[in-house]
Amino acid sequence: MLARRIIPCLDVRDGRVVKGVQFRNHEDVGDIIDLAMRYRDEGADELVFYDITASVDDRTVSPEWIGKVSAALDIPFCVAGGIKTVEAARARLESGADKISVNSPALMNPELINRLHDAFGRQCVVVGIDSFDDGITYRVKSHTGDADKTRETGRETIAWVQEAVRRGAGEIVLNCMNQDGVRKGYDLKQLSAVRAVCSVPLIASGGAGATSHFEDVFKTSNVDGALAASVFHKSVIAIPDLKRDLRSAGIEIRL
Amino acid sequence: MLAIVDTGCANLASVGFAFDRLGADYRITQDPDVIYGADHVLIPGVGSAPYAMNELRERSLIPVLQNLTQPVMGICLGMQIIFDHSSEAGGIDCLGMVDGQIVEMDTGDLPSPHMGWNTLSGVADDPLLEGIKDGDYAYFVHSFAAPVSARTLAKCNYGDDFSAIVRQANIYGCQFHPERSGAAGSRILNNFLRVSV
Repeated sequence: MLARRIIPCLDVRDGRVVKGVQFRNHEDVGDIIDLAMRYRDEGADELVFYDITASVDDRTVSPEWIGKVSAALDIPFCVAGGIKTVEAARARLESGADKISVNSPALMNPELINRLHDAFGRQCVVVGIDSFDDGITYRVKSHTGDADKTRETGRETIAWVQEAVRRGAGEIVLNCMNQDGVRKGYDLKQLSAVRAVCSVPLIASGGAGATSHFEDVFKTSNVDGALAASVFHKSVIAIPDLKRDLRSAGIEIRL
Repeated sequence: MLAIVDTGCANLASVGFAFDRLGADYRITQDPDVIYGADHVLIPGVGSAPYAMNELRERSLIPVLQNLTQPVMGICLGMQIIFDHSSEAGGIDCLGMVDGQIVEMDTGDLPSPHMGWNTLSGVADDPLLEGIKDGDYAYFVHSFAAPVSARTLAKCNYGDDFSAIVRQANIYGCQFHPERSGAAGSRILNNFLRVSV
């Protein structure tokens, strides 16, 4: 059976892994390769590297560290951050990334998703979505790497998920911003609503604080994977314990 | 020496890195003489079957690959193009090194593409699979697959059973990404370097 994935997310700034709370006040949590290998050894199913400053600073992530990660890792990894063109995506894939993830550039230019799909195939193309519950509906925000530059897009999350898949996204990572970094659990209601319209793999992001949160999001929202950062970086949750507990709870997990 | 065929696809670096981790002697090449002279040949690939076949045609590699007599392994899309035909993008004739057709997976209500770690089953007794057992996980990313046949060495299930690994004479195919499948994947790549036919 296909296993549910546990995915540590490493936010990268200036070649170091950092983590902030609700996208602010970033603190240094370690070296990229050291952390990548630690998570691989602990049983992470996949890794995501986000260059959180890329979109806002109008630059792109460096393929150099991607090559180092690819040389070291024998599990898949995805690279995100400021990828605005097919050429930028190609450089990252050729450096050894398995997937590339686009967020703000896809919102500004949705045709980018089609072009990435046509060049590399659906399996390489992840669309990341930062979604905010405004009390009435779920709305998409862009440029969330810097709280001062975050923009409203005017798009509703459900419609954007459907459009992204139609254009060629092979996977959706839905980050529920109200929950991000506060460790109160994934936004099960929103993730279930998106799951109902999302025909490609769906990854939950934002809010993980305890093992029960992972169990809830797999059982209630039927997501394919769960992404988390601070609980892993700060050793609040140990991945081997988490995976053993989830399997005991009847969830298909790779041990 | 292992020849990794330069199929123009994007994941050549990660395939090469996997053999670096094994300490293997390999070359990424589109030179027919190097490919013919190699002890083992690996055909990598990601993307679409029509794109990959076109790349091989432009490099004049189709007859080269079809005439190989040493152990050959296609991985992921490289596994799909070693078959006779793929139904991808309206249908395309492929290399015909393994009998059979590649078809779109019927995943029903399950998300597609099939993406993630899934278990192998019905693992056959073959030198490629020494040390691999039923229940071992491998990393898959695909939406087309080879149905189970007499050539299947290991199955996987997603909506339906399909071939995870096939063999016909000297030709192997591996649907998952061994370079991203942890210890089991490394084992298979290492076994391949020791296969003789």
